[in-house]
Formats: sequence, structure tokens, C-alpha cells
Amino acid sequence: MPTIWRRHTPLQRAGRLGAQLALAALTAWMLARLGIRWDYVADAPSQVGDLVGRMLPPEWSFAGALVGPTLQTINIATVGTALAVALSLPVAFLAALNTTFNRATYAAARVVMVVSRSVDTLIWALIFIIVVGPGSLAGVLAVAVRSIGFVSKLLAEGIEEIDRGQVEAVVATGADRWRVLAYAIVPQVRPVFAGVCVYRWDINIRESTVLGLVGAGGIGFALNEAILGLEWSRVGLILTVILVIVVVSEVGSALARKRLT
Amino acid sequence: MSTAARTWRRPSAWPRPWLGPVAWLALAAFLAWNVVSLEVNPERVARGLSRIGTVAARAFPPDFSRSGLLLAGIVESLEMATLSTLFGVLLGIPVAVLAARNVVPGAVYAGGRGVITLGRTFHELIVAILFVKAVGFGPLAGVLTLTINSVGFFGKLLAEQIETIDHGQIEAVRATGAGRGAVLLYAVLPQVLPRIIGLTIYQWDIHLRQSTIIGIVGAGGIGATLYNAFSRYDYDFVLAILLVIVAIVLVGEAVSALARHWVQ
Amino acid sequence: MLVVTDLAKTYPTGDRALRGVSLTVEGHEAVFIIGSSGAGKSTLLRCLNRLIEPDRGSVRLDGEEITALAGRALRQARRLMAMIFQEFNLVERLTAMENVLSGRLGYVSLWQAWRRRFPPADVEAAYRTLARVGLDGFENKRADALSGGQRQRVGIARALVQRPRILLVDEPTSSLDPRTSEAVMRLIVDLAAEDAIPALINIHDVPLARLFARRVVGMRAGEIVYDGAAAGLTAAVLEQVYGAAPATPAEPGP
Repeated sequence: MPTIWRRHTPLQRAGRLGAQLALAALTAWMLARLGIRWDYVADAPSQVGDLVGRMLPPEWSFAGALVGPTLQTINIATVGTALAVALSLPVAFLAALNTTFNRATYAAARVVMVVSRSVDTLIWALIFIIVVGPGSLAGVLAVAVRSIGFVSKLLAEGIEEIDRGQVEAVVATGADRWRVLAYAIVPQVRPVFAGVCVYRWDINIRESTVLGLVGAGGIGFALNEAILGLEWSRVGLILTVILVIVVVSEVGSALARKRLT
Repeated sequence: MSTAARTWRRPSAWPRPWLGPVAWLALAAFLAWNVVSLEVNPERVARGLSRIGTVAARAFPPDFSRSGLLLAGIVESLEMATLSTLFGVLLGIPVAVLAARNVVPGAVYAGGRGVITLGRTFHELIVAILFVKAVGFGPLAGVLTLTINSVGFFGKLLAEQIETIDHGQIEAVRATGAGRGAVLLYAVLPQVLPRIIGLTIYQWDIHLRQSTIIGIVGAGGIGATLYNAFSRYDYDFVLAILLVIVAIVLVGEAVSALARHWVQ
Repeated sequence: MLVVTDLAKTYPTGDRALRGVSLTVEGHEAVFIIGSSGAGKSTLLRCLNRLIEPDRGSVRLDGEEITALAGRALRQARRLMAMIFQEFNLVERLTAMENVLSGRLGYVSLWQAWRRRFPPADVEAAYRTLARVGLDGFENKRADALSGGQRQRVGIARALVQRPRILLVDEPTSSLDPRTSEAVMRLIVDLAAEDAIPALINIHDVPLARLFARRVVGMRAGEIVYDGAAAGLTAAVLEQVYGAAPATPAEPGP
């Protein structure tokens, strides 16, 4: 009598089916709650197509006016990242179990990291606009504060993953915690650190493109103006410029990261 | 015996020793140019710092009185994040397969990578604006936006994962004469399944944060409420919303850490 | 001179690693400690320079009570006790020279350590010590580019530049192949004798110990069960130390 092989037992199959049905039901319920108009959904592709059609061909003649905003976008991302990198170093070392001083410093560093990470760059921009007014300074500060959480989290993980044996040996020579840091810990985390900084810079380029939408500097301002004025071919140009900026920075940072690690 | 004491310097990490200092100098100059170009006004900074006190005073204590509005917005954000993750992953898996060099021919690979690039290059806010224009205000635009974004983000990470899998397993299944689909199902997907689960959880985390801001341009979620509170100077309500956002993200991270643990 | 009295350590897991160990090392003898894994050899060594904190007991190095020191005084005492590790424990991304110089970290300023600008006398000593361990010309090689035997030699050099009063050697050859093991052990014993530094050497390879040791200490379950001449390592003694006679390999043939 031929035997039948099944990957899952009947009970497992029932369980999997149940889970899939539950997921489908949850999805349907959520979709209903969101009040999605299905005729709108069906219409979406043609609407998007129409929009894209109006954006092409891009208004090339406007390109000259975008040089300044483009440079400003890069500036904001770069200075913001640099500032964040400097501030992340102490936070990261305090947020790593093997280098922090005590429970209090560890907790404080972790809180800083969580708050920084949970609030989106754009919301930080809104907050800083209240404090220092609209403009690129608010943008720089927003980028910096948001990036601290990202950089220090990855750096802290890198610090916690170092080889403790290497540290033990340096401690055994009679070195204090600072010399141990300089000699045994920093060399081990250097590649991680460099990679994370470049990675975050790349992400920040993308973030900086929209800061202008809320008034925090960069090319986002021009984009907002063009959208409000319904100048779609200009919007098309700006989006093209953004595409180029992001792609170039991504290629550049991928190359840099390969060389650094 | 030898004459003078020998010295030692750490060998340069660069191909030419002078490249090291030059590279650092170039980086410093680049940063300096950036800072100067921004034309930061120290006076404004000073004024701003003195204003922090007044702003903080207006923000405390946080105003939770409009909890109904707050809750509705947060729940909508959560739903948007969850749905977008679901659709984004479902779409992202095939796109990732089509963007993996070791699985598909060159032309298809280029196409797949193109889709991924389009999906992730533009900040979700930009995509949200366009979708709001296309399908109107509301969470539909938000879900579409975040789905596109995750096809790009998730797709890229998964494609990279697929490109690092063990080629031997693919060869073995191909050698049995299996067609493309079977190769995918039997050799590729099982290897990347754990990563898919991890990435899905990671993606949900990210969507949670994104769903808090796209409301600013009308794409649903708590963003609209937040932006309104800012423009009305209701800083105590702003603080309340921010506290809830931080709490939600924290809970979300705890849930995903648990889920990742449970999967392992 | 090292005098250890009634040293004890119980780990939080309940493992009683040391149960009252007493031992004296005088002059510049090399004392070999044998015992199976878990006998407490590693714990004993690490309690001496307080990489592990003992629960009770006394450790006196040249009259100074090590267990009573804290902070700066402890670090200054550690300078005098150089350790050589089983896993070499070199800072992988640094060069051999930097690893050797790290033995002087207890004597230089933070700036000197960070910039790797050690005093000329230290650099000269590092060069000479590298030559003594047979690594002349290796100073610029990164530690992770070295073989196991070469790494351990760097570890030995690092210990020697500390100009220590005692060498604490924790199973230096367990990660090495037999031929390299013998060469490295010979190096340790010879150089320690040349510099007149006493040494405590953990080793689990009994034949290797027999080759070099004059005095052997046998540990079992956290206690010392034998402390005497290497010649006194009879089968009965070994059984006491290891629980059952370890298979002694036949003499290697031609």
C-alpha cells in the first residue's frame, strides 16, 4: 500500500490554516475600518499614471535654480550626521554593558537612544523650528538628534560584541579603563563605527530632501512650492534631481563602506 | 652593541603614507565648507536656546484631554503600519526574487533592481503627497505609500540575502530537472525564510514610525493631528502625542524582539 | 616571591572552583600546575592578579597583599604580574609591535597610549624582546595575520616587556600543535630563566610538563593534591590528580 508523505501533521495543517484565516480576517477587518473606498483603489493606477504623465517631461530649464537647494540638502545631511557622530560616541559607550560606568549611566544612555529613535526626523524638525525658527539650522539639529539614536545603537551593539579576551589581556597589564578603551576597544569597533556613520549619512541625504516641506531647509521647500502651484513638470524635475542625489550618495556610501570594513 | 635607540611608528593604513593626513584634511575642509554654507546665525541660536525654557513650560504638563482624537489617530497609524507591512512583504518577496542576480537573468535583474530603487529612493512623504493627489486624502494613500516603500526597502534587503545563499543547494535541485518555480520553492525560499521573518518584523517597526508622519500631508494616521497641534501652538497636546508615539514604538520594539526570539 | 594562602572561589553558579589553595613560589623557579579541566587552574591564576575576585584568602607578592588593593594600587600591582593566555588574546587589528608595547600601558600616559608614542627605551626593549622570541622583523605584521605559534610568541614578548616579578601562564600551548607547543614552552621556560622571573604555568599536557618541569603542582576539584618534584609524578599520583591514569603516548618513533 503506497504511503503518503505530508510535511505537516493534520493538526499542524489545521493550525496553519487557522492562522492564515485569522490573518485574512484581521486584514479584512482593518481594511474595513480604514474606510477604504475600493473604487478609489481601482482608480489608483490610472490616477498615478496621469500624475506621472503630467510630470514628464521635466522642466529642465528650472535646473539652475535648484543648485542652491541641492547643495543645502547635502550640507544639512552632512553637518547633521557629523554632529550626531560626535555626540553618539559617549552615548554608545554608556549604552554598552561592558563599557558603561553603572546602572544609572546605562539607563540614561538607553533612554536617550530610544527617544531619539522613536521620533521621526520630521517631527524633530517641527520641534526645532519652534525653538530656533524655520531654516536649515532646524534641519541640521533634527537630522543630528534623530541620527544619535541610530548610530549609538549600532555602535553599542558593536562594542558589546567585541572579543573580551583581548580586553582582558590589556587589563592584566595594569592599564586603566581609558587606556583599555584606547588600546583594546577602539581598534575593534573602528570598522563598525566607520560603516555605521557612512550608512547613516546616506539615510540622512534622503531624510534631508523632505525637511523643506515643513520649513527646515533643503530642496523640499522648492518641491512644496511646485506642488502647491501645481507645476507638475517642475515637480518632475525636482524629483529627478532628488533621485540623482540619492542614488549617487548611495553608490558612494556603498563603495566607502566596502573599503572601510 | 647597537647605537641609538630605535623608533617605531604605526604603519599607515593607506597605500601612500601621505594620503592619511591629506584625507583627514580634505574631510575637515569639506565639513568646514558645509558648516559655513549653512550660514548659521549664532544670534538666532542663542535666542533659541533662551526660548527653550518658555517652550518647555508650555509643553508641561502634557495634555491628554483629547484622548479620543489621540487614540483614533494612533490606532489608524497602527493599522496602516500593519497592512502596509503585510502587502509590502507579499509583494516584496517576488520582487526580491526578481532582483537577485543568482536567480534570474541579467535583464530581469535590472528590472527588479529598478523597481526597488524607485520604491526606496523617494522619502515616504514625497510618495505620500503624490498618492494623496492621486487617490485623495486618507489612509488609503498612506497604505499605498508605505507598501511601495517596503517593496523597495524589504525587497532590497531580501534580494541581498538571496544573493548570499548557498549556491550548492540551488544546483542540487536544478540537477534533478526541476523547473524554475520548484527551484525557488525548494532551494531558495527555505534558506531565506528565517531572514524573511526577521525582516518583516523589522519592516513593521519602521512602518510604525513612518505612519506617524505621513498624516502631515493627509495620508492618514496621527500625523495630521500632530501637525495641527504644532500649528496651533498646543504644545502640551504635542507632548502628549509624542509621549504616546514613543511608548508605542517602544512596545512595538519589545514585541518584535520577542517575536524574533520566538522564531529563532 | 609569591605566597598564596587559603585562596577560595565559588562562582555564582555554585561551582566551587577553588577550595582553600595554598602555595609558595620562591626565587625564579618555574612551577607547573597540572590537572584536568575544571580543576581550578585557570581560576587560581586569575585570582592572583584579580581578574577574578577570590572569595577569601591571601596573595602576597614580595610582601604586598594583593587582595587588599584597589583602583590605582591594584593596577600598579598588575604591572608586576604578567599574564600569558591560552587564546593569545592579542588585539587582532593591531600590529605585533603595538601588542608588545601594550605591556607598558601601565607606565605611559593616555596620550602616549592613544598615539602609540611610547618612550624610546620601551620601543627599544620591544624590538629586542621580539628578537628574543624569534620574531625579528615581524613588528609591523598585524596580529590576525600571524600563525598561532607566532601569536603566542608576541604574547610572551608582551609579558616580558612588563619586566614583571612573576609570570602567570595559563595553558599557553593548548591551542597549538604539538611541535609548536614544545618550541613555545621551551621559549617561555628559557626566557623566564634568563630574566630570572619566577613562573606559574598551567598545563594539561603531562608529557610536555615532564619535559620541562622540576616542580609540579597537581590540582583536582579546586584543591592541591600534589606539590613536589616532577620526578615524583608516579602513576598513583597522576591517578590522584586526574582520577584515572591518563594514557601516556608511546615514545615517538623515528
